[in-house]
Amino acid sequence: MDEGLTGVAADASPGAILVEAPGVDVRIGAKSILSGASLVVRAGEIVTLIGPNGAGKTTFLRVILGLQRPRRGRVFRRPGLRVGYVPQRLALDATLPLTVERFLALGVRRGGRDGAARRAAILDDVGATQVLASPVRDISGGELQRVLLARALLREPDLLVLDEPVQGVDVGGQADIYGLIGRIRDERGCGVLLVSHDLHLVMAAADQVICLNQHVCCAGRPEAVTRDPAYLALFGEHVARQFAVYHHDHDHRHGTDGTVLPLAPEPEPDDGRHRAETPDHG
Amino acid sequence: MDDFLVRALAGGFGVAVIAGPLGAFVVWRRMAYFGDTLAHAALLGVALGFLLGIDINLGIVAVCAAVAVILVVLQRRQALAGDTLLGILSHGGLALGLIAVAFLESPRVDLMSYLFGDILAVSARDIAWVYGGGAVVAVALAFLWRPLLAATVHEELARVEGVPVTAVRLAFMVLLAIVVALAMKVVGVLLVTSLLIIPAAAARRLAASPEQMAALAAVAGCAAVAGGLWGSFTFDTPSGPSIVVAALVLFVVSALAPAVGPGRHHP
Repeated sequence: MDEGLTGVAADASPGAILVEAPGVDVRIGAKSILSGASLVVRAGEIVTLIGPNGAGKTTFLRVILGLQRPRRGRVFRRPGLRVGYVPQRLALDATLPLTVERFLALGVRRGGRDGAARRAAILDDVGATQVLASPVRDISGGELQRVLLARALLREPDLLVLDEPVQGVDVGGQADIYGLIGRIRDERGCGVLLVSHDLHLVMAAADQVICLNQHVCCAGRPEAVTRDPAYLALFGEHVARQFAVYHHDHDHRHGTDGTVLPLAPEPEPDDGRHRAETPDHG
Repeated sequence: MDDFLVRALAGGFGVAVIAGPLGAFVVWRRMAYFGDTLAHAALLGVALGFLLGIDINLGIVAVCAAVAVILVVLQRRQALAGDTLLGILSHGGLALGLIAVAFLESPRVDLMSYLFGDILAVSARDIAWVYGGGAVVAVALAFLWRPLLAATVHEELARVEGVPVTAVRLAFMVLLAIVVALAMKVVGVLLVTSLLIIPAAAARRLAASPEQMAALAAVAGCAAVAGGLWGSFTFDTPSGPSIVVAALVLFVVSALAPAVGPGRHHP
């Protein structure tokens, strides 16, 4: 365990390490999904995973959550760590009659006498009081994200893990939800690990950005990653890759899920400015 | 009332009461085809019971549980789509069962009664099985309810929250195997799934919570048994299919009824 914790501990961020995953490899069948990917999340820190479709972001999250076994590498969690998970989607069968209130109650083992009051208070905290008695399948995408967040918060997590928390939310609502995640971090001091597609919103909310494309391409504070001229000069290749990520973001709408993305982005004639000469990662 | 009719009602009600809640989970988890697979494999269990000279209910539960485990293992390997796998196991099991039963060549084995049920021939011993087995399933389901519901709503979320999802799923499949064995006497292997899913589907429109739906499914199942037996007597129709038709009528009626539910969203 110590061996795993020494590597990244020199980083300047305050706060205790909640979870650390050094050198994670994942293969599904013959296909390599992650190779040598690492991350650290500390208390009070928002860490965001970005990368193109098929980069392994969700897989990495699943490894951290213990849902996916890595082929190599381990996940070190602080003993007794409580994790709140906000999944990407909730595919509830239409025949299952479930209110938001009941959905929230399913997440914590002991509801207790004050259970109902706690659920109402937390739903109020995330700004979704109005849907407490509504059937889960009738609420909007933005409301559902807030409800999922409330269910995670009911567990009083030390670490909050969110997979694409703004999917299916309109643009105005997206900023609200990122704002909400930031406020939760400020008030509760928990660590936050999230996967996102949208580079611009991520930059406003994250403390650490990890750019993933099967391995960690670059990582650091968001302003350093995008704006710092020294960083640009030193890590031009990585920044080029990051633009490539942004490009892929637009690309992915036409793509199909599960397709293999090449390590190097495909050349496209109208976008040479951002993606010129990205060398292959060997 | 005649003795055999009382026994038929008692046995049918016992099966319907436990099939309702379990059937609700079958519907929520979209496992109707899995129920069919278990039911078809049950015929192989009948043959096994006769061959080994053990109680055929035990034979059925053993074969169904084996099929459930095989399915979980094969699904994990993901070489074939889930429904293809189910189709292979379902019809393969049925064909093997038909051949095995044909080999028995015993006057004690009445193939038609296994395929379509023979509720009017329910014995006191059968009723003891139904209520004993049903009680075991009911108690197990009560303990399993919360984690099973959590895993049904979102399996990975439940896993992260500490629910032993795989164990819960396996336990549910074993309960389903027991109920299939119990329900076979009433409607037979070809119609067992209908007793699980039609009452649950009929209950859907009237239920505002999972528990309400499960309870209403049990009630609907009992009504289908009573209605089917009445129809069977009145029109001299086969009892198993009559029960299923009665359930179908309930479903159609509920589909036409106005919807109720908890505080629906304002349009």
